[in-house]
Amino acid sequence: MIPEFGHYALILALCISVIQGILPLLGAHYGRREWLVLARPAAQVLFLLLAIAFGILAWSFYVNDFSVLYVAEHSNSQLPVIYRLGAVWGGHEGSLLLWIFLLSTWTILVAQLSKALDEFMVARVIGVLGLVTSGLLLFVLTTSNPFERLLPAAQDGRSLNPLLQDPGLVFHPPMLYMGYVGFSVAFAFAIASLLSGRLDAAWARWSRPWTTAAWVFLTLGIALGSWWAYYELGWGGWWFWDPVENASFIPWLVGTALLHSLAVTEKRGGFKSWTVLLAITAFSLSLLGTFLVRSGVLTSVHAFATDPRRGIFILIFLSLVVGSSLTLYAWRAPKSSLGGKFSLSSREAFILLGNVFLVVSAGSVLLGTLYPLLIDALHLGKISVGPPYFNSVFVPIMVPLLVLMGIGPWTNWKNTNLVLVIKRLWLAGLVAVIAGVLIPLIMGQFTWLAGLGFLLAFWVIASGCMQIVRQAKAGKPTRSFIGMQIAHLGIAIFVIGVTMVGAYQEEKDVRMLAGESVTVGGYQIQLQGVDPVVGPNYQAMRGSFLLSKDGVAQATLYPEKRSYFSSTMPMTEAAINVGLTRDIYVSLGEELDDKAWAVRVYYKPFVDWIWGGCLLMALGGVLAISDKRYRIKLKRVGS
Amino acid sequence: MKLKFLIPLLLFVILVGFLAIGLNRDPHEVPSPLIGKPAPAFEVPQLEQSNKNFSPESLKGQVWILNVWASWCVACREEHPILLELSKAQIAPLIGLDYKDQRDNALAMLARQGNPYTLSAFDGNGRVGINYGVYGVPETYVIDKAGIIRFKQIGPITTEILNQKIYPLINELKKS
Repeated sequence: MIPEFGHYALILALCISVIQGILPLLGAHYGRREWLVLARPAAQVLFLLLAIAFGILAWSFYVNDFSVLYVAEHSNSQLPVIYRLGAVWGGHEGSLLLWIFLLSTWTILVAQLSKALDEFMVARVIGVLGLVTSGLLLFVLTTSNPFERLLPAAQDGRSLNPLLQDPGLVFHPPMLYMGYVGFSVAFAFAIASLLSGRLDAAWARWSRPWTTAAWVFLTLGIALGSWWAYYELGWGGWWFWDPVENASFIPWLVGTALLHSLAVTEKRGGFKSWTVLLAITAFSLSLLGTFLVRSGVLTSVHAFATDPRRGIFILIFLSLVVGSSLTLYAWRAPKSSLGGKFSLSSREAFILLGNVFLVVSAGSVLLGTLYPLLIDALHLGKISVGPPYFNSVFVPIMVPLLVLMGIGPWTNWKNTNLVLVIKRLWLAGLVAVIAGVLIPLIMGQFTWLAGLGFLLAFWVIASGCMQIVRQAKAGKPTRSFIGMQIAHLGIAIFVIGVTMVGAYQEEKDVRMLAGESVTVGGYQIQLQGVDPVVGPNYQAMRGSFLLSKDGVAQATLYPEKRSYFSSTMPMTEAAINVGLTRDIYVSLGEELDDKAWAVRVYYKPFVDWIWGGCLLMALGGVLAISDKRYRIKLKRVGS
Repeated sequence: MKLKFLIPLLLFVILVGFLAIGLNRDPHEVPSPLIGKPAPAFEVPQLEQSNKNFSPESLKGQVWILNVWASWCVACREEHPILLELSKAQIAPLIGLDYKDQRDNALAMLARQGNPYTLSAFDGNGRVGINYGVYGVPETYVIDKAGIIRFKQIGPITTEILNQKIYPLINELKKS
């Protein structure tokens, strides 16, 4: 009976979301308070219903109810409890339910934390979110019901894809979705202000912390996914330009542009229609990402079994949401006033330029992702676009962006004396040039690309540090200022990691017998033996490798080759010795003849700085949200 | 209404058009460059009788079917009943290529589920598969009397594919 309650909860939720989507919007339009006030209670009931549905699905996994088709397909009685929880969103139906549940979570947060806001605005925001929710609920109920029964019940489940049985993957989708879905709040604010015809600075001020919060989650989600791919897939790569990765990265780029553009709209009242367009685009791209992943129109390692009805439904939904938003934009945005005037050397101009680079880079990634589809649709053949395209298009766009990042924070609103800024920044430039020449030489080999990477990274770091010192002398810097600097520093750290790995990693594919050694990056790795081990739902061959440097033992690494009982594909579980300045990565390949094993070892200098940089970016975002300006607002809410 | 504000909408409409077409195309369907080309030659031991070898050369002058399979392949198990049907029809020799497999497991699977193959060639290390460009198991090839590959199916064959494509093709090839 319990899963049926989940199903009922979803049906009820659909009804409530329709009410939440229609009445407040109509109420705001016709000025009828009695409809307007329904927004908050509807959002609360909706959240409760979705929490029940989600909880019931999680419960069905916990108790191994294999009479639920979705559970039978994605879980197994031998699956450890933590992965049973992760399996709730391990498949299509569950991950959609998670999407909707998180959307409802954002809605309720907005409803509760925006009591100081004009009630017409709140009603419109909640209404827009309600419409989006109802579309997705309809999708779930008609094509992807997670509570569908399997009668008679299966003896045991098919189990979760072993690739997904990993702690990183338990948290990756919720983080990523929090980010994706979080852009819906900025979107709803944008639509609400277009509907009201009041595109003003207040709207930007309200959207800002929400957008930053979504951006923080998205940053963490992408970083988690990248880290997972690094240690779980066994290829030692951290980014593959896979369509699904791109689907999350494109909204990130546009979201980053939105963060900066919102600052201009809030502070100077400028770029209003541009900011609104970015807010619509960021969320549309999140929806598009969902479409690309869920419809299977693109080949991808993430592709799941697909059902054509689902693709058509999402496409119609996407067209309705984005099409109507952009129509509204074309109708209302021209009426928005222009903001204050600014010169070509003002902060506005620098942010605009940075925005252009971010949007162009997002566009180029989108083009590369969709290109195979476009070519196929035009009957020009089947092709795939790989990392060479993305690297050669994306990286050059990032170069001017990083240069701008060193200068932008020094500029003033309206107008800046650029000569003065350059005079202040000569030291940062000097540091950057020295780093760009010296670090590659220390690492043993100079390449122009590595030199450029370090130059840009140290340019951003030096400029940021100088500004922090200057602000600290001038008085107590605000949290949003520190947050901005830390996020920019995160980018620099990230660039250092990428440059180091790109230029100085070493990789060896060798055939090893017990007792043999291989050397990478000055480390010796000796195979001591390979033994069978048994896990909760798999058996494995486990290698022991002794890692030593200059004859001193450092650690023992245990990479595994696992065969899960529920699956016949062997899985590689790499072993990594993590360090601040390098990772040693060992993955066990196939058993060759004569007890020899194929072994792959990598020396990856500074690879963890890639994710460290992402963490710093997220931390910067958190600091910016916690700025006093927003806390005053929250206090007012609390009283 | 200023026209420049319509640009995002227009771009989006074009995108939706492409996505709609894209939905009806299968991204996994990759045309094989091998169609119309001679089937790569090989000589490997047979699965059942490891002392005997198999080479496509021995089937010159006949239309035959090559099916790449493995005991570890789940989709192959789904395809298996259809292969049994195909073998019952006795329309052409059905040669299996046991790909990246263990001999014992493969023999056990045939013993358990029935053996549709005239014979199976054993490609334990996958070398033959590489020459044929195998990237998804099962795969099925129809090879004509001159040893030219005429048809390739990636993934399990279904009853429809059998009736609509493979049978008519084989009948036609036999006539020529």
